[in-house]
Amino acid sequence: MSDVKKFLYVNRKAPHGTIYALESLEVVLIGAAFEQDVALAFLDDGVFQLVKGWDTSELGAKNFQPAYTALGDYDVQKVYVERESLEERGLSEDDLIEMTYEDEDDDFAEKSSIRIVSREEMAKIMADADVILSF
Amino acid sequence: MALLHTVNKSPYERNTLESCLNHVQEGDTVLLIEDGVYAVIKGGRAADVLASVKGVKIAALSADLKARGITADKMIDGVEVVDYGGFVDLVTSNDKVQAWL
Repeated sequence: MSDVKKFLYVNRKAPHGTIYALESLEVVLIGAAFEQDVALAFLDDGVFQLVKGWDTSELGAKNFQPAYTALGDYDVQKVYVERESLEERGLSEDDLIEMTYEDEDDDFAEKSSIRIVSREEMAKIMADADVILSF
Repeated sequence: MALLHTVNKSPYERNTLESCLNHVQEGDTVLLIEDGVYAVIKGGRAADVLASVKGVKIAALSADLKARGITADKMIDGVEVVDYGGFVDLVTSNDKVQAWL
């Protein structure tokens, strides 16, 4: 009996207006150290977290976008992004940053972690998780 | 009496922009700041609402656009991009400021 649980981090907030996005990242990075099965979900305004090209210099705030691209190094291989949330906001997959991981079972080939899913599929992903942490 | 309205919430999470637009009068200015700037993205639902407003100047703060990766090519037409100095100019050139939170 394995004690590895499926953790799903649900992100629904835009990146700079509140602290949720940054806090979520911190928790994901901590959680990744415990060798659990980690997946991230981005829906509603959470999809804005993955829109590429941040320049926070004039805000006087830290640009934490590079941390998302580093998640692959922490063995985060599953990043689900809801298609309907993107479309409602005038966004497509092309607007998103690249997130990759190295597949151990495929000679460490670099693969995309981002999977665009429908709202219906997202509901199943939530239902399938053992633990859900919401931000 | 011209009013400057600032909107700092995402139109996809709150009805702040909608409520603001329901209360603007001709000659007013709506300045989108913080998460409010997400309303200008072309093809988005909020952008359609924004584009339908007549007689009101729409502006967005450049620092907040840049921070969110919203470049000029992703924006709808008719939005004036202002920097922090432009924000101050809008405050002084209008009679009052109404901050929609």
